[in-house]
Amino acid sequence: MKSLEELRKIKERALERRSLAGAGARARITVAMGTCGIAAGARDTMKAILDEMERRQISDVVVTQTGCLGLCEYEPLVQIQVGESDIVTYGKIDASRVSTLIEKHLVNDEPVAEWQVQTG
Amino acid sequence: MVYRAHILICGEPRCVEKGAREVEAALRSKLQELQLTEEVQVMEVSSLGHGEQGPEMVVYPEGTHYVNLTVADAERIAEEHLLKGRPVKNLIYQEPPSEPLPAPSTKEVRVVLENIGVIDPENIEDYIAFDGYTALAKALTEMTPDEVIAELKVSGLRGRGGAGFPTWLKWTFAQKAVSEQKFVICNADEGDPGAFMNRRVLEGDPHAVIEGMAIAAYAIGAQQGYVYVRAEYPIAISTLRVAITQAREYGLLGENILGSDFSFDLEIRMGAGAFVCGEETALMQSIEGKRGMPRTRPPFPAVKGLWGQSTNINNVETYANVPKILRKGGDWFASMGTEKSKGTKTFAIAGKVERTGLVEVPLGMTIREIVYDVGGGVLNGKKFKAVQTGGPMGGCIPEKYMDLPVDYEHLAEVGSIMGSGGFVVMDEDTCMVDIARFFMEFTQDESCGKCVPCRIGTRRMLEILEHICNGEGQPGDIERLEELSKYTKAGSLCGLGQGAPNPVLSTIQYFREEYEAHIYDKTCPAKVCKGLIEYRIDPEACIGCTRCARNCPVNAIAGSPKQVHVIDPETCIRCGICKQVCPVNAVYIE
Repeated sequence: MKSLEELRKIKERALERRSLAGAGARARITVAMGTCGIAAGARDTMKAILDEMERRQISDVVVTQTGCLGLCEYEPLVQIQVGESDIVTYGKIDASRVSTLIEKHLVNDEPVAEWQVQTG
Repeated sequence: MVYRAHILICGEPRCVEKGAREVEAALRSKLQELQLTEEVQVMEVSSLGHGEQGPEMVVYPEGTHYVNLTVADAERIAEEHLLKGRPVKNLIYQEPPSEPLPAPSTKEVRVVLENIGVIDPENIEDYIAFDGYTALAKALTEMTPDEVIAELKVSGLRGRGGAGFPTWLKWTFAQKAVSEQKFVICNADEGDPGAFMNRRVLEGDPHAVIEGMAIAAYAIGAQQGYVYVRAEYPIAISTLRVAITQAREYGLLGENILGSDFSFDLEIRMGAGAFVCGEETALMQSIEGKRGMPRTRPPFPAVKGLWGQSTNINNVETYANVPKILRKGGDWFASMGTEKSKGTKTFAIAGKVERTGLVEVPLGMTIREIVYDVGGGVLNGKKFKAVQTGGPMGGCIPEKYMDLPVDYEHLAEVGSIMGSGGFVVMDEDTCMVDIARFFMEFTQDESCGKCVPCRIGTRRMLEILEHICNGEGQPGDIERLEELSKYTKAGSLCGLGQGAPNPVLSTIQYFREEYEAHIYDKTCPAKVCKGLIEYRIDPEACIGCTRCARNCPVNAIAGSPKQVHVIDPETCIRCGICKQVCPVNAVYIE
């Protein structure tokens, strides 16, 4: 990168790609993969999510990772954002809960209230 | 025929609609292939309870309830669970917990932690999407090094590693120093036990640190930087490596950054497990390949540091704040916090709180707010006793100071320190003498040995504390501890020796009666110190179930079924297992 202008262009491009529309996706799932998350089993959770995506032949959902969200007590943490709605944060989502979570929130658009980490 | 396993498949309309029959057929066919049809019986039933997540099946005798099944799943279950005996975890139905998880606090103000949880740390474009590297661009194209430092001065940012030295001043010293070469170092050793603020930033937003270091280098005139990360953080190291590689690819590290005259690059150096290498001069020795031991200052690193050259060394969190300060202005940062402690600070809340974890709050929040509003209150509704701040060189702050604002000055006034942000909450079941012993054990082990008062002082203090906790405390021990503390503090070259006596001094100051109980009464009021407690069984409550005796690792419990059991105090090792397994809570500690 040789100039401020180039930096700005990359920013625009990145913001676009981050938005669901830009990525051609209707939803995003984010798994917190800091060391605390991994220690609590986030790798298994991530694998379960990817397996689930493949099993159900879902290709319009972005699955990505992020660092520690700070809610270490509730790891593994999974965030789901469908369309323009607010991001929903779930706690203690180990591999065995992934299937139910995806079925309910992603497929049927019913967030699972009991597993959510309440905000506010 | 006797089957070893039974599978019930739900045949209700909802399940059939979703393919239950195909799933059943696949299951039966696979079981036949695996030659298990003589051992496993498959039956259809009218309902299993969770048809909304059908097709579903339950495998007995375990009672494993599988939901949302496809044909492939059925085959997998047959192979993994029925043949190999390994239930397929990610297909199992999960009962939602009865209570929603309690809310995290809204009192957090995320500055340093702003991007974490939002971006993918291994994707530089995510960082750029959120204005990443615009601060560096602004510095290089619109500001002089003096102006950068001036903005830091307005912000009031103080070193977040523990000492709280004004960052703008540190940078000024390095800027003004005359040196062949200059270096910037990031101290990512984070040795305080239980502290992981820096790890979180390195793993979650490494570019914030890279950008901060680049800005610092621009301000002081350095071209090379080092990030000294403890080897116990392998993920942080790998994430940082990816980040540095990407930054280079995008021309944000290396020659002529963003088309300017400024060139800067970074290398990672790993620690090797020594707490003392978090001390700046010991750290530099370590980078130079020598044994990590501190040296006298002056000369300070800004004047003579790495390889004798002018060096600016700051903590991870300090650097991570810099880009935001340049982007949003020093005024913005100074609008948070207290008069002399501006901005926010991350804290690792640990111990007896409902919500342990990492938070970022404005400086000046009171201890009460942090414990109750952010931490969710003391675990199990027990009584708050003290909070230990600042890591092994910090002190314990008792309940009477609950409304103390948490900032550099106030913590020092009550005998503690900010440190890197450790915040351990203690309740009525914590023994303060044991805590002092615990921290002394750590610092004594980590003492590099260079200074006699530290090397021997901590050793002697630890011995006295261990005697006290074992019931062998002598009159005069408290005074001896105070005297040793004085000399250890006065005669040590670095923060380790200077700070090691702090937990002891502050616990003596606020909890002297606990020391006296240990020494004179030979009791531990909190019932923690193993040498001073006895596990006993209440003869009125004991039902003679023999559970305790069976679980005792040293066979210290005598008693036959339906008879009252008795623990032999000589053999008992105070492990507490009997208390845990007793179904009627008949075991108590005396």
